[in-house]
Amino acid sequence: MPETTIAGHTVTVDEEGYLTNPSQWNPDIARALARDLGLELTDAHWKVLEFMRRDFQERGTVPGMRRLNKVGGFATKDLYTLFPDGPIKKAARIAGLPKPTSCV
Amino acid sequence: MKELLILGAGTAGTIMANRMRRRLDPVQWRIRVVDEHPTHFYQPGFLFLPFGIYEPEDIIRPKRRFMPSGVEYVEARAERIEPENNRVVLGDGRTLPYDVLIVATGTHPVPGQVEGMLGDDWGRRVFEFYTFDGARRLTEHLRQWRGGRLVVHVSEMPIKCPVAPLEFVFLADWWLQTQGLRDRTELVYVTPLSGAFTKPVASRVLGDLLERKRIQVVTDFAVARVDNERHRLVAWDDREVPYDLLVTVPPNFGAEVIERSGLGDEMNFVPTDRHTLQARGHDNIFVLGDATDLPTSKAGSVAHFEAEVLTENLLAFTRHQPLPARFDGHANCFVETGFHKAILLDFNYNLEPVPGRFPLPHLGPLRLLGESRLNHWGKMAFLWMYWHLLLPGRPIPFVRHQMSLAGKQIPAGALKPEMAG
Repeated sequence: MPETTIAGHTVTVDEEGYLTNPSQWNPDIARALARDLGLELTDAHWKVLEFMRRDFQERGTVPGMRRLNKVGGFATKDLYTLFPDGPIKKAARIAGLPKPTSCV
Repeated sequence: MKELLILGAGTAGTIMANRMRRRLDPVQWRIRVVDEHPTHFYQPGFLFLPFGIYEPEDIIRPKRRFMPSGVEYVEARAERIEPENNRVVLGDGRTLPYDVLIVATGTHPVPGQVEGMLGDDWGRRVFEFYTFDGARRLTEHLRQWRGGRLVVHVSEMPIKCPVAPLEFVFLADWWLQTQGLRDRTELVYVTPLSGAFTKPVASRVLGDLLERKRIQVVTDFAVARVDNERHRLVAWDDREVPYDLLVTVPPNFGAEVIERSGLGDEMNFVPTDRHTLQARGHDNIFVLGDATDLPTSKAGSVAHFEAEVLTENLLAFTRHQPLPARFDGHANCFVETGFHKAILLDFNYNLEPVPGRFPLPHLGPLRLLGESRLNHWGKMAFLWMYWHLLLPGRPIPFVRHQMSLAGKQIPAGALKPEMAG
């Protein structure tokens, strides 16, 4: 796995730039990854990121849209406003989680 | 007397009833199966109805016919599972106790989960083929088709039989040509995925096939609503896809009894151990078929392979022994590609579909991840095997529950390490 430096921290990433080890993540890295995607993180972004990290820790998979709606309490429309185009992919990337796959 | 209770008499539940009746002592164990619907459908056949390949009578049988003697069939709605009391409450108020419960309640399309899907166009321009009635309505509608823009659409994953919408668009291409309508029909495939299929190697093969068949593909399309007035699919990122005929696969949810019992995830699928098939947090509840949240396809072949694993684990469980058998996520899917050809996919948790031969290395006779006529005839022959071997829980020749690596050409890096339970 390639190593790279984000916000002064050395992390391992996959070919597409997703962190491969969620424990290497920290808020500075998140802000830097967000800036790469043209996003400035607000409280509303952080709520989503924190939910996704917590949920990933508990279940081992990146939550899908239905789970973000029902368990996280985030409306799809709001998620598209916060993370335009591909909210789950973008939020997972910023949260230091693997690229979400609908694996079947 | 001890009680084995099975919820659902679809593919998974029927196989388990047959297998367990042969293996459990009838003096010690009663087996009961609960299902509210009397008719067993050969669900892979729904895809073929619109194109006249099967007629309704080919794919319909009474559920009771597949229950062996010594199994009590209870035609009733399961209202609620009460794991704390080891019992199931039925819709008519009766309660059925269990020592071991098998949840095989499946998955079903819920079109109401997409805004506007059940609007004015539903049944006029918008159809689905994942139910018998839906497939029949679509069959009638296609007989009136004179050309236009035909859009085949997957709302979101996971869905039952994830290759079926691709097969639909391939068969539509073939059928339209036989009707002299292909040149007057624009075929479009709209998917929430980033490619034709969920797994990269197969996605490339199937993507090439779509291109060769002049089928337009719209990827990463997360549907927000169906605009009935303008006859368009609208995505959350504001992209739009106009249709004259929309054949959609609505969101798939697990059974409502799972939700009422508080046993499911956000889509009513039951959290299940990937290898033992035990419900997480409930030792005497086992789950199989489409009802699980396992990261493999929701398909009859998966239910069939799981049933072999579950049989061994259930027998061990009744003897208070550790569960010996491990499910590897094995799925085996025919993909009809039209013109009497098909592609065969064979994969599991750790290996995506790759090229090769099946079931015998080198000899085949079936071809993995490549089109062949024999694959198509294999699929056609499967209807007989389904009624006569699969549902009665008899072995299918040469096909084992554990996926075999023999006969497969595995690209570097394609084989993933073993996953945790």
